[in-house]
Amino acid sequence: MTRVGLIRLLVVGGFIVALELLCRTGAISPRVLLAPSDMAVRLIKLLASGKATADIVETLGNVAISLVLSVTGGFVIGALIHAVPRLRAAIDPFLASYYALPFFAFYPLFIVLFGLGRGAIVAIGFLFGVVAMIIATLNGFDRIPRVLLRTAAVHHMSPAATALLIKLPSAVPYLFTGIKLAIAYCFIGVIAAEFIMASSGLGYAISYAFNNFDNGTMYALMLFVIVLVTIVNALFYSYERRLLRRWGR
Amino acid sequence: MKRALDTLLLMLAGLAIWQVMHLAAPFALTSPAGTAARTWQMLASTTFWPHAAETAKAFGWALLLAVVGGLALGFSLGLNRTSAEVAEPILVSVYSLPKVTLYPLILLVFGLGVPAKIAFGTLHGIIPIAIFAMNAVRNVAGVHFKTARVMRLSRRQTLLTIVIPGALPEIVSGLRIGFSLTLLGVLIGEMFASQRGLGYLIMNAIGLHDVPTIMATILLLAIVAVSASALLLWLDRRLHHRVA
Repeated sequence: MTRVGLIRLLVVGGFIVALELLCRTGAISPRVLLAPSDMAVRLIKLLASGKATADIVETLGNVAISLVLSVTGGFVIGALIHAVPRLRAAIDPFLASYYALPFFAFYPLFIVLFGLGRGAIVAIGFLFGVVAMIIATLNGFDRIPRVLLRTAAVHHMSPAATALLIKLPSAVPYLFTGIKLAIAYCFIGVIAAEFIMASSGLGYAISYAFNNFDNGTMYALMLFVIVLVTIVNALFYSYERRLLRRWGR
Repeated sequence: MKRALDTLLLMLAGLAIWQVMHLAAPFALTSPAGTAARTWQMLASTTFWPHAAETAKAFGWALLLAVVGGLALGFSLGLNRTSAEVAEPILVSVYSLPKVTLYPLILLVFGLGVPAKIAFGTLHGIIPIAIFAMNAVRNVAGVHFKTARVMRLSRRQTLLTIVIPGALPEIVSGLRIGFSLTLLGVLIGEMFASQRGLGYLIMNAIGLHDVPTIMATILLLAIVAVSASALLLWLDRRLHHRVA
């Protein structure tokens, strides 16, 4: 392991140990925060009991659907916007301020459109993820070497062929950034929507436990979400690294 | 001039789509005219302003804390190569956590009320600002630091004359994202376990299925968010242009 990696491990490990000590000595009341080891034990018990399985499967399914929709949709919309420079210039400030809007407020609208159930949650996850992907696609397309586009023009490639054969591969590093952000935002959107509105899923289970003063279950589920998102990010990060190294970038 | 015209055309197209969607589902979506009328009515009413003031207060404090804390964190980590390399993946993974899951913890620590909203907003805004500030400091050209050493500048002078001006464009980019996320954080905070603020107004309207109020509140928030963001974007472009 590299020196930096070792220090990073020590920092994170030290933080957890410090938290553990503060909780065990009573400096932090168990009514506020459970000790990390306690959270882990409760999480293992909860997973073994199978009570949380349905919620976990549901949330992961919602995240997966909204992720696929927002990555493909974001790429297509980004490519279309990029093809019209005037539209792109006009839409930029709106894209930049997009994430300040509370989409959850559109939940009633989505229920009317998609019915009760996962449609409305997936729609919110999609709304969260898609714009990160659009912005990344625009950034990627901005940085395509001009000479490649000229080559495409010389060979009389159609716009669709240019997009697939030239623009997509040369924008890949930026698209990866977009996918990474889309993963994060889909998780945020889906879990936040479940937390505030839904009646099933991980987010709902956490807020239900909070409302019932069930700190044990609540912290176990919070730990689960944190560990899950961190692992997904780390896997994707290392995959991206390997891919970029193989392409010699 | 042409840009302003394009923006106007885009907004008109947006309004047209909105109107069509309203005609398709009149109960789910108020028409643009209806929303504008409800917004006007809300702005004239006395019950609206305490909620707006509450949100503005929480957002103002959260943004201040996120900016000061984020810049301090970003600068102190970015000035040292090793600490920046150690911190970056940690910050990025904290950034991508669904922070809503941490809201119960914040409520348990701060109790119900404004401090919890401020803390939640700060939590959303501080990390992107820190990441941008850290990378900005790392990307300040090494020759500038060498010049500072040759000129025997003190630490404070280096920070004020080299680091901050050199990193300013990136910092503004970070502020733009921090601004949006802080606002989102405060609003989510208000939507869950709160009795005041615009987020509460939206939640309450959702409960009553009062669609015009939902739409009017979102419209107001959108206007504030888009104008603030456009201002920061303009500043961002100018600074990047100046440096380039």
